[in-house]
Amino acid sequence: MDGVVQLQRQLLDYTALLFQEGFLNDQFTQLQQLQDETNPDFVVEVVSLFFEDSERLLNELANTLDQQSIDFRKVDSHVHQLKGSSSSIGAQRVQNVCIAFRNFCDAQNTEGCLKCLQQVKNEYSLVKNKLETLFKLEQQILAAGGSIPM
Amino acid sequence: MGMAGESQFHVLAVDDSIIDRKWIEKLLKTSSFQVTVVDSVSKALEFLGLQEAEQRNHHQETKVNLIITDYSMPGMTGYDLLKKIKGSTSLKGIPVVIMSSENIPSRINRCLEEGAEDFFLKPVQLSDVKRLRPHLLGWRTLVEI
Repeated sequence: MDGVVQLQRQLLDYTALLFQEGFLNDQFTQLQQLQDETNPDFVVEVVSLFFEDSERLLNELANTLDQQSIDFRKVDSHVHQLKGSSSSIGAQRVQNVCIAFRNFCDAQNTEGCLKCLQQVKNEYSLVKNKLETLFKLEQQILAAGGSIPM
Repeated sequence: MGMAGESQFHVLAVDDSIIDRKWIEKLLKTSSFQVTVVDSVSKALEFLGLQEAEQRNHHQETKVNLIITDYSMPGMTGYDLLKKIKGSTSLKGIPVVIMSSENIPSRINRCLEEGAEDFFLKPVQLSDVKRLRPHLLGWRTLVEI
């Protein structure tokens, strides 16, 4: 079916672009490689956990940085968690901002932290959007009777 | 009574991150291990305590052959768990592997000196998990730092 082949090419091109632009790294490929018939929704499940967890952490970060007297250890702890989870799914750009963010925490630099919070929110939003698009493409392929190309 | 076969090895994984728990569980199951995953050291000790009790009653179903734990956790850390295991007459024979997202040589050395079998940098890979079998069979492998 031509439709399926086109969709599959679209998916491969889109995925390649995400890697090129640094949104995803090899760890995401590792996730995809472990998905199989016994657990066909594995990647979506892990990424969904990442979305939920990140949103929780971003809220906590906003609250912690909104205090009169900022507890930088608490900020650092949240950023450490976000860095870990983004690294575990291959969300490279989010991970990179977290690294810079932790440096500002160490320096107890409020302005730096607030800037990083904005940046990490942006990067999270972008990668969320991109992954949702990717999953939609996969769904379209499956609905059209095709299989996900690797 | 020991393991029925290679594929019956039971690994207890400890990590406070829900994403990392899902990932390590998948890696271990893909490698044909029986897996129990908990989110804290206290839950791990609880589970191991139950295991001890069952062993006394000669029920070996929950026998744990290896523990893999995250280093940085709120409350008791993976290092605390390692010390508890190695300090326990009944549990000290269980190999313990530490995982960490931070590559800190002094941390790695401290864990190995305390008796950890191996140290994996996160995100843990399938190739790391495949390295577990020799530890389970009682062979000490050289770890290059």
